[in-house]
Amino acid sequence: MTLETIKSEIEAKIPGCVLEIVPNPSPSGQHSLRIDPAHAVAIATFLRDADELQFDYCSNVTGIDWPGKEISEKVKVKKVVDGVEQEVEEVRKSTTIGYLEVVYHLFSMEKKLGPVILRMRTEDRAERVHLPSLTPVWQSAEFQEREIFDLYGVIFDGHPDLRRILMWDGFKDHPMRKDYVEPDDYEYEPTAHDEVLERTRQHRTVMGAL
Amino acid sequence: MSTATEPVRILPTTSADAGDSQLLELSMGPQHPSTHGVFRMDVVLDGERVMKLKPVFGYLHRNHEKIAEHETYLGSMPYTDRLDYICSLTNNWAYALAVEKLAGIQVPERAEYIRVITAELTRFLNHGALIGFLTQDMGASGTPLMYAFRERETILDLFESLTGARMMCNYMRFGGCRVDLPAGWLDQARKFVASLPRFLDEFERLLASNEILMARTQGVGVLSKEFAVNAGVTGPILRASGVNYDLRKVDKYGIYDRFAFKIPLGEHGDTYDRYMIRLLEMRESVKILNQALKDIPDGPIIDPKTKIRGFKPKPGEAYGRIESPKGELGFYLVSDGTANPYRYRVRSCCMMNLTVLEQLCIGHNVADVVVILGSIDIVMGEVDR
Amino acid sequence: MLVILSVAKNLGIVWNFEVEVDSVFGEGILKGLAETARNFLGSYVSKKRLTTVQYPEERLPQIEAYRNFPFLVYDGEDWQQGLRCVSCFICEKECPPKCIFIEKSTDKKPDAVGKLQFYPKVFNIDVSVCMSCQICVEVCPFDAIKMDTDYELSTTNRFSALLWDKHHLAKSNEHYHKIHPTEAAVVDAQLAAERAKVAAKAKAAAEAKPAAAPAAPPPVPAASEK
Repeated sequence: MTLETIKSEIEAKIPGCVLEIVPNPSPSGQHSLRIDPAHAVAIATFLRDADELQFDYCSNVTGIDWPGKEISEKVKVKKVVDGVEQEVEEVRKSTTIGYLEVVYHLFSMEKKLGPVILRMRTEDRAERVHLPSLTPVWQSAEFQEREIFDLYGVIFDGHPDLRRILMWDGFKDHPMRKDYVEPDDYEYEPTAHDEVLERTRQHRTVMGAL
Repeated sequence: MSTATEPVRILPTTSADAGDSQLLELSMGPQHPSTHGVFRMDVVLDGERVMKLKPVFGYLHRNHEKIAEHETYLGSMPYTDRLDYICSLTNNWAYALAVEKLAGIQVPERAEYIRVITAELTRFLNHGALIGFLTQDMGASGTPLMYAFRERETILDLFESLTGARMMCNYMRFGGCRVDLPAGWLDQARKFVASLPRFLDEFERLLASNEILMARTQGVGVLSKEFAVNAGVTGPILRASGVNYDLRKVDKYGIYDRFAFKIPLGEHGDTYDRYMIRLLEMRESVKILNQALKDIPDGPIIDPKTKIRGFKPKPGEAYGRIESPKGELGFYLVSDGTANPYRYRVRSCCMMNLTVLEQLCIGHNVADVVVILGSIDIVMGEVDR
Repeated sequence: MLVILSVAKNLGIVWNFEVEVDSVFGEGILKGLAETARNFLGSYVSKKRLTTVQYPEERLPQIEAYRNFPFLVYDGEDWQQGLRCVSCFICEKECPPKCIFIEKSTDKKPDAVGKLQFYPKVFNIDVSVCMSCQICVEVCPFDAIKMDTDYELSTTNRFSALLWDKHHLAKSNEHYHKIHPTEAAVVDAQLAAERAKVAAKAKAAAEAKPAAAPAAPPPVPAASEK
């Protein structure tokens, strides 16, 4: 039961779905299947209920933050140099739109089958962060999707109770993102040194001898 | 970029089928002697009956996952001790297993045997402590707890002479163990394990047919098979509901396929079954310990090619999981080729096991909530990470 | 047992459970009480059942491998001259909670094997942050930092008293032998072997120098008559 056979079975059963195998270069050999958000619930239900697959146990739901990367590409542009039109190579810098990724690890308790890994990507990291929730299919995703919402900011449509789970209710921002800035609320840390000492010095005068 | 939703009011103040009575919203707050740590439950009560229950946690959240993104792979190993702080050696093993899968490291045989011995000793002391705490919550004032702790002290002394610390062991390394067994450790362990069956008989005689225990736990918190599997519950709770899924037999990680041991399964899925399953698992652990202590070979204890400093696995990802005493503890690592992991995720068994808490408690009394929570066996260090 | 039964009936409590009833209701409780009695009375006669000691008057023997907080080892009498640490910064880099703070000196002194090395001008460990994970000991290439076993460390000042400096941390090699004898013996053997190697190399270098000198031509005397 390899990933390719599962992929072809899903494509046969659910028309219109867009699947892509994401290879995993490490020796673990755990390749994953990227699914499109529009058909995610249908794919999940199929994986759970199909007779020969029966992936009834969703073990791990995790989020990964892929911030936008700066890419520079060399572009040939026609420019006027010294009165003569020439083709000049220009270096253009742009930033890719980053995305947030949600990874599901599925196992089958009935058939004792190994991990099938599903991935879903959001469109960007700012506004278009909605993904369908797979909690109606596997209830084990309930708390984990809440945690991804809390720590990464992915909004799961269809989740029965989407609110913060680990941070307190009034918390702003999402701590596990790569560009998260900690709030500047340093109290006096008595045995501080290095940059912690710098920050406490900015807030208060140092009491006593360090 | 704020995508936070407003805090949702999820608990009703009146209910259609409460009749004339008003519902009481009770917060079994974070400071509570029976909630196994800083754990809060918002309970909606109709008299004594539970109508709705929402677990609230996060009080011990230390953002271990983000700390690990700034530490090296080895530097996260002491932090894994502090996840499920009662069973630190199995946490270490789970993390070492995930990194070994990520980097393709082989583990020598003697190290595998040491890992199995320490893991089964950890399982023994965890189940003993759990039964002790469960019965203490039910009112047994700590007597079974102290009996279990008597054996736990001997095991902790064994760990101390092996790893240097009683609880925060920091012992497993990628590719084996940190130090070899000191002289005389195996004899001490063998003597101790030989005395365990008598201790287990005594422990069972203390409480197993106790009428009060049976009245309080039988029929309380029945977990059905289908719901358990769908909710991602693993470990002794799953097996108490009758599902035969133990990672030691399914994944056969390490060298567990060399040992002969059985998997006890429960029939009813209630608290009494969860309690008895743990007693039976302690007996199976003793069986495995006997076999492992007999067969342990000599040899190296760590793969000599693995670096302690400057360990940089190639880019890729891996998910490694073990059967910790509480369930399936998994680590998901994404590496980008540098010395720090790009994404480090702990699949925490205690947090997943809490998914079923609400369903189990509805319809029972408030006193049963404490018993059910005790049988689910949570440690807040792992729930919140 | 009759008393318990009648109380239960009077209060109207309904027991609905299945129990493997042996013979008498309450027998399970009695069996448990027999166990407790055996342990309680047994603790007067058998040492195994009395599992506690009257701390701090009596103490259990300390296990050799126990570790608490680190300390710096020095050889010989003078803690400054004999300090093994060469300020290589490896422990500072590898420490997970980043509790070690080192500043290198500007001059050199001979280290544990006889080579001239830098030494730490400042070596602080913030003990309120240290989690005794022992990674600093594992990565130190010079056997300069080891784990201490002292745990009675209460102070009245949680500010400066929990930032230990070089002087507080430096303890002698004899102390190391006292707390971890087997480890210290192994380390001493290794250091002795390295010292012998370094001494042999220095001797070989010293012998090579006079052999090279006669080969050089005698210097021409300066013409001072001019």
